[in-house]
Amino acid sequence: MFGLANPERFMRFTGPLTPWLWGVAAVLLAAGTWLSFTAPGDYQQGDTVRIMFVHVPAASLGLVVYGALGVSSFFALVFRHPLADAAARAAALPGAAFTALALITGSLWGQPMWGTWWVWDARLTSVLVLFLFYLGYMALRSAIDDEQKAGRAAAVLGLVGLINLPIVKFSVDWWNTLHQPASLLRMGGSSLDPVFLWPLLTMMAAYAALFLAVWLTAIRTEITRRRVMTLRARAALEA
Amino acid sequence: MLDLDMSPYAAFVWPAWAISALVLGGLAVRAVAAARRWKAELKRLEPTPADDPA
Repeated sequence: MFGLANPERFMRFTGPLTPWLWGVAAVLLAAGTWLSFTAPGDYQQGDTVRIMFVHVPAASLGLVVYGALGVSSFFALVFRHPLADAAARAAALPGAAFTALALITGSLWGQPMWGTWWVWDARLTSVLVLFLFYLGYMALRSAIDDEQKAGRAAAVLGLVGLINLPIVKFSVDWWNTLHQPASLLRMGGSSLDPVFLWPLLTMMAAYAALFLAVWLTAIRTEITRRRVMTLRARAALEA
Repeated sequence: MLDLDMSPYAAFVWPAWAISALVLGGLAVRAVAAARRWKAELKRLEPTPADDPA
């Protein structure tokens, strides 16, 4: 595992893997979409239950990707490893996109079910804070010209944001919220009926595969970009 | 059976799916386009064996 921390080995290993991930993501997305629109409507929520199949995967990925960003930030900060820094940087945009999708699709689900687009309850507010951490991370990186300093400052922010993850996850248990408690990952197993569980699990796998494809592609691009910058600097010195 | 009649919630279901498709598609296109751009730039800058004086 740690052998992959070498950028050249990482490029060799992920080169053949990345196209497969794109393919798996495409197949799973197609299958998940089909299952989502062949499932019956819910007896209480009607067809709005189909929003769950895009909302829950986006919300889960928003959390998981921030976890990846935080762990990568830790390795970048403590071991000053350039690949960890590239991994953290590459995770920020997809993570922010998934979190934004969770907020938007949640709002579109909330209006017909709760009668409101937004409420300042613990779950919604903590997810908004998560989104702001992503934005802050990206803004901090782009605000500092020196890439190493920007990476270190952003890594500190990335680590601080990890505090918010358990708050998001357990907000529905710690406080009274309008948002429903966990129905997928909970003690005693999922409370979802299999007709909804399978489309949801397929969409979650699809989102995860798509994230891995985007992430690996972006890390590889970051390694290539740094190599280009080094070559440009060398050419400027020789000129 | 495929069911595309979302009434009376079509105004909520379709935008949720459309925005999701747009954002996921955007992420994919952006990642692949950036990869191609930097790969081409690296190819342009990296010395080829023909450039090697030895």
